[in-house]
Amino acid sequence: MEMDGLLTYGVFFLTQAGIYAILALGLNVQFGLTGQINIGIAGFFAVGAYTSAILTTNPTDAHLGGFDLPFLVGVAGAMVTSALVAVAIGRVTMRLRSDYLAIATIGIAEIIRLALKNEDWLTNGVRGIPGIPRPFVETLESNSPLISLAVVLAFVVFAFWMVERARVAPWGRVLRAIRENEDGVRAAGKDVTRFRLQAFVFGSSLMGMAGALYAHFIGFISPEAFLPLYGTFLVWVMLIAGGAGNNKGALLGALAIWVLWSATQFLTDALGAEYATQAGALRVLLIGVLLQVILIARPQGILPEHGSGGRG
Amino acid sequence: MIQIEGISKAFGGLRAVDSVHFTVATGGITGLIGPNGAGKTTLFSILAGFLTADEGRVVLDGEDVTGLPPHTLFHRGLVRTFQIPHEFSRMTVRDNLMIVPPGQAGESLGHAWFRWGKVKGQDRTVREKVDEVLDFLNLTHVADELAGNLSGGQKKLLELGRTMMIDAKVVLLDEPGAGVNRTLLNNIRDAIRRLNQERGYTFCLIEHDMDLIAQLCDPVVVMAQGQVIAEGPMTDIRANTQVQDAYLGGGVSGRGVSAMTEDDVGKRVPDGDAADGAPEDDSGDEEWRP
Repeated sequence: MEMDGLLTYGVFFLTQAGIYAILALGLNVQFGLTGQINIGIAGFFAVGAYTSAILTTNPTDAHLGGFDLPFLVGVAGAMVTSALVAVAIGRVTMRLRSDYLAIATIGIAEIIRLALKNEDWLTNGVRGIPGIPRPFVETLESNSPLISLAVVLAFVVFAFWMVERARVAPWGRVLRAIRENEDGVRAAGKDVTRFRLQAFVFGSSLMGMAGALYAHFIGFISPEAFLPLYGTFLVWVMLIAGGAGNNKGALLGALAIWVLWSATQFLTDALGAEYATQAGALRVLLIGVLLQVILIARPQGILPEHGSGGRG
Repeated sequence: MIQIEGISKAFGGLRAVDSVHFTVATGGITGLIGPNGAGKTTLFSILAGFLTADEGRVVLDGEDVTGLPPHTLFHRGLVRTFQIPHEFSRMTVRDNLMIVPPGQAGESLGHAWFRWGKVKGQDRTVREKVDEVLDFLNLTHVADELAGNLSGGQKKLLELGRTMMIDAKVVLLDEPGAGVNRTLLNNIRDAIRRLNQERGYTFCLIEHDMDLIAQLCDPVVVMAQGQVIAEGPMTDIRANTQVQDAYLGGGVSGRGVSAMTEDDVGKRVPDGDAADGAPEDDSGDEEWRP
């Protein structure tokens, strides 16, 4: 082993936190800026992961492809597919008020997960897709997890730049106004539906990007990896804890909640095997309670939205 | 100029707007008054594209614009404000106005990512325009305040400011003076008058403050129960008995109803006395008979 245990753990930990950070940034475009309640994050995450997996694995009879394409093509493909799914969903749901969008997206994410589970020809069903290559393994002739970490962090920076630039641009200003008062934006001559669709598609494509990175980092995906708890609710807690509307808050929230979530893993491990099931349920409960506490005690999150004009 | 031609709109069984015809003349300030529930705001929502009419046409400068969405009408210079201010509370006053100018390059993600220089340049121009509008409305001192923290009257001014961010042809103002103190009301009145005289804005405004209407508007259109019941200069409107009844009574047919009840009561009272007296008389007769 080239690194000692703690360092390896640190690299894995940071990589996963980075993937969650991208998910939180995607949700921030939808919820933080526009006020859209997307409870189907896991669905877009899964679409991205499966797309990149199918594009980059070696040819096999087990599922569609693989097409043995480069890693970056996989990520780009993941973003495009997630965006297309978002366009299809958005066209139907963008006229809905936010609470209806929440119900629609939670249903759609479950449909996606069940489709991935049952369409064997496409996804190899419950057996999942193994052998997804680590990024740039062939180019760099190294399988080090440090490379994965570096790649993920580079994508975090890229995603942050895109979202932050969009936020401070007039585009983000219109979205924040839509969140505040939709009719007011209509009266100001903006095509509200078009802006909402753009925000939904942009946010979803970032979720697809995160999915692709996850697939390449873990190397194996199956439908069970995209349960709403990990794919959706953790991301919501991260964004709300960090500060909805603030991109730095999204990053900070992702890191902080991931630390907390991982720490509870150690605690439940310490309880021993006999309490393993109960402990697992307790972790989930903890996340729910934490969300409630944040919403009551500090609804604006650790880093509130930039008050004066949002151009900090 | 807006020509309103036979606009009707029903909500269930209620005909909120009932075959309304009138014209908002270019360069004028047309007042629209009427008791609560007369259909004034519903009519505004139809004109600005927020609601679709069941019947009728809206013609803006000779072009049929019936049923076009609000943003399209906005681009053609037809702008509305709201009775309850629709400010963006968690955004600064300045940002509230910076939203408005159409066709800003930075409203496209592509430009935001790849043409930042152009976006910033445009933003500076828009910002200058905003400063000018804020100055006009005496709101410069609250430019960096969150719009949600403004007073009711300042929010009304901000609504008016939104219409100044583009070269509006026709501005529909929904109760610009409601809930505003006298000083601010004078500010609002002066702003409307100056926009009309100096910049040639055409206004149509709904208002319950008859002094404001009298000072600003000619002609005045009166609606009651979805219909136009009078139209003309304010002096004529004040003298119009149908209008007086619409405000005091229950609408167009108010006078008839109240007159009838009074008559009925007047008749019933003597009738009742006679009826009460009758049995006594009868019984008296019976007593006398044997």
